[in-house]
Amino acid sequence: MRYLPLTDTDRAAMLEVVGARSIDDLYGDVPQDVWCEELLDLPLHQGEIEVERALSAMAEKNLHGGNAPFFLGCGAYRHHVPAAVDALIQRGEFLTSYTPYQPEISQGTLQMLFEFQTMVAMLTGMEVANASMYDGASAAAEAVLMASRVTRRRRAVVSGGLHPHYRDTVSTYVRHADLEVVTLPMAVQEADLESQIDGSTACVVVQIPDIFGRLHDFSALADACHRAGALLVVAVNEVVSLGLLTPPGDMGADIVVCEGQSLGNSLGFGGPYVGLFATRKRHVRQMPGRLAGETVDADGRRGWVLTLSTREQHIRREKATSNICTNSGLCALAFTIHLALLGEHGLARLAALNHEAAQRTMERLIAINGVSTPNDGFFNEFTIELPGPAAEVVDQLAERGILGGVPLSRFEPANGALANLMLVAATELTTTGEIDALAGALQEILS
Amino acid sequence: MSGMTSGGHRGLVMDEPLLFELDGGGRSGVDLPEPEGRTPKLGGVRPRQAIGLPGVSEPEVIRHFTRLSQKNYAIDSGLYPLGSCTMKHNPRLNEKVVRLPGFAMAHPLQPQATAQGCLELIATLAHWLTTLTGMQGVAMSPAAGAHGEFAGLMCIRAALTARGDARRRILVPESAHGTNPATAALCDYRVNTVPCDARGRVDLAAFERALDDDVAALMLTNPNTCGLFETDIMTISGMLHSAGAFLYADGANFNAIVGRVRPGDLGVDAMHINLHKTFSTPHGGGGPGSGPVVLCEELLPFAPLPRIKADGDDWQLIERDSDGRAFGRLRAFHGQMGMFVRALAYMMSHGADGLRQVAEDAVLNANYVLARLSGAYNAPFPGPCMHECLFDDRNLKDTGISTLDIAKAMIDEGYHPMTMYFPLIVHGAMLIEPTETESRQSIDRFCDVMVHLADEARKGNQELFHSAPRFAPWKRLDETAAARRPVLTWTPDTT
Repeated sequence: MRYLPLTDTDRAAMLEVVGARSIDDLYGDVPQDVWCEELLDLPLHQGEIEVERALSAMAEKNLHGGNAPFFLGCGAYRHHVPAAVDALIQRGEFLTSYTPYQPEISQGTLQMLFEFQTMVAMLTGMEVANASMYDGASAAAEAVLMASRVTRRRRAVVSGGLHPHYRDTVSTYVRHADLEVVTLPMAVQEADLESQIDGSTACVVVQIPDIFGRLHDFSALADACHRAGALLVVAVNEVVSLGLLTPPGDMGADIVVCEGQSLGNSLGFGGPYVGLFATRKRHVRQMPGRLAGETVDADGRRGWVLTLSTREQHIRREKATSNICTNSGLCALAFTIHLALLGEHGLARLAALNHEAAQRTMERLIAINGVSTPNDGFFNEFTIELPGPAAEVVDQLAERGILGGVPLSRFEPANGALANLMLVAATELTTTGEIDALAGALQEILS
Repeated sequence: MSGMTSGGHRGLVMDEPLLFELDGGGRSGVDLPEPEGRTPKLGGVRPRQAIGLPGVSEPEVIRHFTRLSQKNYAIDSGLYPLGSCTMKHNPRLNEKVVRLPGFAMAHPLQPQATAQGCLELIATLAHWLTTLTGMQGVAMSPAAGAHGEFAGLMCIRAALTARGDARRRILVPESAHGTNPATAALCDYRVNTVPCDARGRVDLAAFERALDDDVAALMLTNPNTCGLFETDIMTISGMLHSAGAFLYADGANFNAIVGRVRPGDLGVDAMHINLHKTFSTPHGGGGPGSGPVVLCEELLPFAPLPRIKADGDDWQLIERDSDGRAFGRLRAFHGQMGMFVRALAYMMSHGADGLRQVAEDAVLNANYVLARLSGAYNAPFPGPCMHECLFDDRNLKDTGISTLDIAKAMIDEGYHPMTMYFPLIVHGAMLIEPTETESRQSIDRFCDVMVHLADEARKGNQELFHSAPRFAPWKRLDETAAARRPVLTWTPDTT
């Protein structure tokens, strides 16, 4: 077996040093009546050729962003990842290292995390950010728990514009936290959030762009939250939008969570992704997750360590701010490298290209008879209303080899108001040919 | 400070500023087309002004991160004996197949008929996991071990609620990982700690006293964090089940028994599997992990969404359960697909035969280390051990040298330190897990170094230890100062 260095000669010699007659002796503490006497019913070992062939056969069954006109978004976006990103994250010193608990031999990861935290704070317009969470949805859930700790209140108001999967994740996390979640309906006609805020409200959770792709300035809502002593949590599920839009921090957000997949990370059928989590300095001790902080070594040389660990489970156990024990380290690295390559001007340009691609796509689609959009504003995705059920149209597009968009009924099949709505995303990778293919097929299906 | 040279570099160890300090104004490492200059349609949101990101070209970015990487220890560069972390070799085939466009460019919300290969991969991995563990089913979506613990306890709580049985307490042995009590708290359970006995196992009498009809579950790591198999496991699971409670297993140490024992046969009701440990998905400097949780028949109806189900020859993604018993959703999408592809490649490469060999070699290597180091260091519990071996600091008594000093001296010797001061039940713990992917020669060299350090400690060579690490790129870093005055982001005035 190519990954196992011990030979039978080694094994025999080592057993002798150990003082055991056979490997079975070493399993003597395991009740013998439950030993697996036979090999389990699974295939035997295979070489690289066979494994690669089998997995390639599975991969080839999928339609994907590389072989089909592609307009899917809704929390996961197809972007170009510069070649340098993948080359660098595959360096073994990054790929095969552990959590940087030994700072003297982990400065690479630690300095990178410090750079990551700084970039996340800059992007979101906040003061501090952690070293990342599992994804945007779990970050949103942790934000609600954190807001409850900060305010010592037990009520969260969740906008109907929040991604339904984020909403569901929040309700799972708070299920046993003695916390009431008021969720407003997912509807094009928005409910009034401000009237939901009262003296028991820990936080209001909103999203930009929202689940319909719309944009809102939350400054007034932030003021209303603060007047009532509540926090405003803003979720961003397309990080590239922060290259074009006023950041949530400038609108008065207290916690910003964000899905960072778009920078550096592939779509990968949903994971692993990277949750960004940023807040104000005064709340840092209530933050979940890892933090890298600056310090000096015994020679006075600048370096970085994991810090404020007394918030974390390995020190505080049941009193920790979260049970999280990993971060999305490698995804955070990819994010940082991609953003380093883009830089200030590259990110602004990338964001502009996304917005323009969406504008071009929208113009073509709403020119089709029977297709309209409720969106005044949008970033790189928008909702279209079709004359009939969007789920059927999406399936018909797929039959033509086009990944056309996300039918919003997927999230709430019983909600008739969503039945004809489809969320369509475009990015810098969307070509004129793809837009032609979608518009042409849609016209054909609807006629 | 520039150290011993005029520019700050020391041979191959390059001094590297922060990215922000490399800012070259208008530079960029990408060439994107010029936008058309359309009027933005932002619905009343103002376009943003400056962000503050640095501008750097591609060669500078490559050099920056290459230099950073060179300041990291890694499995690729040496033995990484972190106990309970299972730092084994990460095969590169796994990195190749995860990048196949059919996986890497598939979207989580594309129509299911167009993603059958992805669903097949997840279902195939699920089959391997349930077969290896002897369990009824598996929830694939948890993003890491602690997330899997959360899923497992949520299932347990939901199953108890369905029985009309509101129990309030979770038992956790004192040798448990910190995530166990933290997860129990997240599910609003009170945590009762169960002590260990003189053999490093759960104190059966204390466990029996703590167990009553208010206990929802015991969270047990087996093999435990002393590297020992819980010999009373059948009694423990039997007692739990008689009391109407569940056995949650922390699968962190599954590497010791994969293919040799099935947790389902030990009476386990739920167990998360750290794919980044046993099944070698890369640790990546701290994540991402992946923590599918295998479940027994009673817990399975409460498993989180989404799930995958066979539908004739097709695979179906279930995003809504018909009976409303699923406890909910844990994250935005279906699971750590990138880790699933890697883990399945690893499993298929080893096969049923190779995985059993993995466990046996891991256990043999650890027992070999235990035998070779037992004179130099004190093993608080007699062997055989499982895949890791535990020492305490008794042999260092009166030398003025601590476990931490040994760890920092190991850095000078070219090794990442072992897990230290954990588990908490022995003084100055040193927990060593060599894994199966180390050769005998590699382990011999490591043991020679460890014996040498113990000898130096007993000789009273304080200087060697207290100045360590001397040869690492950095000396000991001041963690107290970092926590007292936290600097968590770069700002122009911090330089």
